[in-house]
Amino acid sequence: MARKNAQSEVSRRKFLAGVAVAGAASAVPAVKGAKAAAAAETAAFAKRPSTAAAQAELGTPDVSGGPGTLSGPPGSDFMVDVLKSLNIDFVFSNPASSCRGIHESIVNYGGNKKPEFITCMHEESAVAMTHGYYKVAGKPAAALCHGTVGLQHAAMAVYNAWCDRAASIVMVGNRADAATRMPGVPTIHAVQDPGSLIRDFTKWDDNPQSLQHFAESMVRAYKVTMTPPHEPVLMVLEEKIQEEAMEKGRRPLVIPKLNMVSPPAGDPNAVREAARLLAMAENPVIVADRVGRTPAGVKRLVELAEALNAPVIDQLGRMNMPNTHHLYQIGGALIDQADVILGLELTDFWGTVNEADDSATEAQKLRIKAGTKLISIGVGDLYIRANYQDFERYQPVDIAIGADAEATLPMLTEYVKQAIPAERRAMIAARGEKAKKGQAAARERMLQQAAANAWNASPISSARLSAEIWQQIKNENWALVSRDSSISNWPHRLWTFDQHHQFIGGPGGAGIGYGLPAAVGASFAHREIDKRLCVNIQNDGDSMYAPGALWTAAHHKVPMLTIMWNNRAYHQEIMHLQRMANWRQRDVSTAYIGTTIRDPFVQYAKLAESLGHVGIGPITDPKDLAVAIKRGVDAVKAGEPVLIDVVTQPR
Amino acid sequence: MNRTLVVLSAVSLLAGAAFAAPAPTGDATKGRAVFERVGCYQCHGHEGQGGREGPRIAAPVPLAWPAFLAWVRTTSGDMPPYTEKVLPERDLVDIYAYMQSVQKAPDFKTIPLLNGMQTTASR
Repeated sequence: MARKNAQSEVSRRKFLAGVAVAGAASAVPAVKGAKAAAAAETAAFAKRPSTAAAQAELGTPDVSGGPGTLSGPPGSDFMVDVLKSLNIDFVFSNPASSCRGIHESIVNYGGNKKPEFITCMHEESAVAMTHGYYKVAGKPAAALCHGTVGLQHAAMAVYNAWCDRAASIVMVGNRADAATRMPGVPTIHAVQDPGSLIRDFTKWDDNPQSLQHFAESMVRAYKVTMTPPHEPVLMVLEEKIQEEAMEKGRRPLVIPKLNMVSPPAGDPNAVREAARLLAMAENPVIVADRVGRTPAGVKRLVELAEALNAPVIDQLGRMNMPNTHHLYQIGGALIDQADVILGLELTDFWGTVNEADDSATEAQKLRIKAGTKLISIGVGDLYIRANYQDFERYQPVDIAIGADAEATLPMLTEYVKQAIPAERRAMIAARGEKAKKGQAAARERMLQQAAANAWNASPISSARLSAEIWQQIKNENWALVSRDSSISNWPHRLWTFDQHHQFIGGPGGAGIGYGLPAAVGASFAHREIDKRLCVNIQNDGDSMYAPGALWTAAHHKVPMLTIMWNNRAYHQEIMHLQRMANWRQRDVSTAYIGTTIRDPFVQYAKLAESLGHVGIGPITDPKDLAVAIKRGVDAVKAGEPVLIDVVTQPR
Repeated sequence: MNRTLVVLSAVSLLAGAAFAAPAPTGDATKGRAVFERVGCYQCHGHEGQGGREGPRIAAPVPLAWPAFLAWVRTTSGDMPPYTEKVLPERDLVDIYAYMQSVQKAPDFKTIPLLNGMQTTASR
């Protein structure tokens, strides 16, 4: 092999080492002289082929710059200062070479506290953990991803957070300068424009080219992600800025003050007109999806509902309203009878007032009566992107108020009270009394439904499992850190949800793989806030996307009770396949192929044990549930993460 | 699902009036196997108890046999119709026998866990 030009073989790190050593040598000649010699020796061996560059990515880190040779504190120390200024508690990350600078600064310079580096086993899990964390903590955490491939792994979780209006600060390492990055894998993992990968479903991104630029952009990123609509943002952490010394001889670095944007409330004229329609309605119905951003949202929704004595249909995007309230409704049956419908932070207003059959006829039908007035209040109208279709079908409405519902509710409630004529007050009061009287009978019907829901059957029914869990947690300070739609919402039908922290909604984008890591992220927040007993009713298929999230919970001492809802299938897909075969008049009995998780069954308890959990099960007999769940609750209260594998009915 | 229940009831009334024929004798054990094999459980649960995607169809069986047969062959809602080719009548007879064999649900008041939940309580 021909000898390469010596100059071209001078690596970036060798160059830096030379400069740094020259600068430092005069200060401490003896020690630094030795270091210089060592650095020169190391640099000589730094003339490596590209396979060695791959080793930098996959094996031993390149330390050719030599120890103590930077001319000052590394830039990533300042980055940590910025994160600390923003009160970021956690950086969820799978370690990676493009982030090694800030990783080292977090654990050494920052003392691995606020932020703490949380070891994740997949970037998708890391972002999903920020997603779950935000919905409990009410503030963002950061996810730190490797350049290109790490962000590609993370993309689906970013999309879920986008659809679910969840704040998250995603950070990605990258080295843009081709002349100074290592060949081989580091170059494969570099990209011109990291943000392009997820720009369609992030609210803002930036690629800072200096530390001051980073400080300003990170503070802006925090502000942007926390302004309704809350959406994830992306910050690129340039490797050179992370690893090189802070610039000297320039203006001092300044971390800008964070000033938050007050959530936008609705235009008073539009809100007053909406109030008039609601006050004069015979059958007003409120539909809530993501109203309860904070505990105040729950309180304000109750106040509006009580001012109108209007039922509230909870679409369970967040904890919106106590399910014990006499105006609380689950399911959309009342839509058909309404004369005014108020949609609050709905993702899918069209789907709320229309029906669409997934049948050969593809029939679609408007559900509402002619003349029904529709009012929307939400931030969905304020921010929309073109490519991904999470904005759903277009639904014409009579009044569209582009505003944050939680921020608008006090004004709306006040205007409603003003708009109700004296002669209607008795009728509205009677509406409330009727709802109160119906509540006890409705609960009895629901309990009978639970009893009829294959109560003693094996596989175990969703109602039985939910009732057994409730029996063990009802006197604890509990929180459900998973959605419950896959189990026919039995927790929402049987348990008492009356505090904001008790429910966090679903994934938003319905991307599988959200459930387990989001539950872990939420449990991080619950642990910090009030050591709440976290219950995760976990879909089995979802869990296998990234079961390493269980290890993260164990490693970081996050107690959480995971109940594996083990129907041994990607159940929805079985139904789709069977439906397709039936349409085509073919064999429907083959629908299990490719859709079931059997032969062999996954041994979730053993899997969990291997990942640092107490593993219990599989439980197949409902009579064994009480003992198993009590054991699990006791272990979680003692600080251990627990997984109970329960073999269940499909839904 | 509610709409499905309404339609089920309508079919029940119409078919019940039109046909008085008793159900042919089926094999409940075979019926359970067919119920699983062709995927009835996917929407209706392994015991026919119903769920998010499909209504209760057992304990009690909501339709007389002729109405049940008519329903399965002609439904046009969320549940697609099943033709003789896809689901022969012999199998349907066994499925019907299985559905009839499912035990009636207990009164919730006899189940302490549920009886204690009549009034919701918060910690």
